[in-house]
Amino acid sequence: MTTTLPPSNDSLSLSLGLEASLRDLRVAAPASVGYGALVEAGLADRYATIETPLGLVFVAWNGRGVSWVTPASDRGDFELRFRVTVGREVQAADALPDALSGAIRRRLDGDRRARISLDLRGHTPFEIAVWTKALEIPRGEVRPYGWIAAEIGKPKAVRAVGTALAHNPVPLVVPCHRVVRSDGMIGQYSMGGPDAKRRILAAEGLDTRALEAEAATGVRYTGSDTTHIVCHTTCRDARRVTARHRVTFPSLAAAANAGYRPCRHCRPVSLARAA
Amino acid sequence: MDTDVALANRLARDVDAAFPDLVADHQDRLYSIALRLLGDRRDAEEVAQDALVRAFRAMHGYPRERISALRLRPWLASITVNLARNRRRRVDDRQPPGSLEPMLEAGYDPPTAGTALPAVSADRRETQRELASLLLRLTPAVRSAIVLRHVDGLSLAETAEALGRPEGTIKAQVHRGLRELRGLLEAPPEPIRSTHAPMPPARLLPTLEAVR
Repeated sequence: MTTTLPPSNDSLSLSLGLEASLRDLRVAAPASVGYGALVEAGLADRYATIETPLGLVFVAWNGRGVSWVTPASDRGDFELRFRVTVGREVQAADALPDALSGAIRRRLDGDRRARISLDLRGHTPFEIAVWTKALEIPRGEVRPYGWIAAEIGKPKAVRAVGTALAHNPVPLVVPCHRVVRSDGMIGQYSMGGPDAKRRILAAEGLDTRALEAEAATGVRYTGSDTTHIVCHTTCRDARRVTARHRVTFPSLAAAANAGYRPCRHCRPVSLARAA
Repeated sequence: MDTDVALANRLARDVDAAFPDLVADHQDRLYSIALRLLGDRRDAEEVAQDALVRAFRAMHGYPRERISALRLRPWLASITVNLARNRRRRVDDRQPPGSLEPMLEAGYDPPTAGTALPAVSADRRETQRELASLLLRLTPAVRSAIVLRHVDGLSLAETAEALGRPEGTIKAQVHRGLRELRGLLEAPPEPIRSTHAPMPPARLLPTLEAVR
């Protein structure tokens, strides 16, 4: 060591060298720090792949919630579409955060209590009302577009409901596949057309072929001749009715004329108001 | 800093629009502060990111005048120091006192993307490693004063503001920190200890120095 030098000189040179060395301890942050902060702030997104009944899908998210769900495709193509449509930067992550993938899994399995935050900034209050209402439809059941329209207090906006569902940025998470045409036919689906919609509904335990076949004969509602309650045909209460007691109706008016009251769970009454 | 005043004004107009610039301007220094306070890369990444996010959320709750009046450098430093302090408490709970681990971690300073490391000589890197590990032997109060004043380069007044201590206290703590670091740098290298032998607490170091 330099103990032979005069103490004053020594401490001066050491001190200057030390301060310079301390300044040298500044380092560049890993890129994940800044990007992670932007993601948490909801100013950028990450995405990863998860397996669903419709195959692999990309799920994008940020600190505010899930922002985008779409069938997995070419990464470059997806990132470009995301930037153009959503207007934010997006980067691939290794996997979804555990809590998020667990919640999505539970929701796909029918657990409506699984909480998933959604980032729906930039969408209209009407669209958000439509999607929020769709979240109430239980797994394995379907409701007509007109039901959503009536439930959100816009009974005449049936077509607009269809458009809003087509623009659902988070399909599967918001189950727009559980909304079907008012004539009982399956209808369109943004995640790959009617066939994909049949596939996901079948994965949820719904016999879509029987549903469409019965709808083709004009059946819209199902009732029980013991309770005199009328339901949407896929309502879980309707499906509990045994074949012997099951009655069908082409309209709610017909059911009302026969002395049936609407089910309190699937609430077909609001559709009557819409009609 | 003029650029910080301009940035604070832009943040006051639109936090979301200006926040990416705040991140770009301050992420390296906040990461460096956290790294030198904690000695662990992973902890430092989390603390720096968390500090930026907390600043973002705080500004969303502030009126415009308050944002434009923010002195960003000391303000962001103070958020980082507070988060690092909470993190260190948890780390201390996790690790028995005197464990060598934080020092070994401190010596590990791998290259990060975007750093011009090849330009840094091996000697200089060796000094950085040593100094980084010695910093962790200072008491938390002295360490935070040294890190803000000399690693980050805040003025005495800004350091005092960031740490919420009087300037005179900061001056004394910086002085003491530099003296202790010099003493440690002059001391012969520590023999490798087993993890059973606790490290002398940092506050004893001046005494040891005097004995020597």
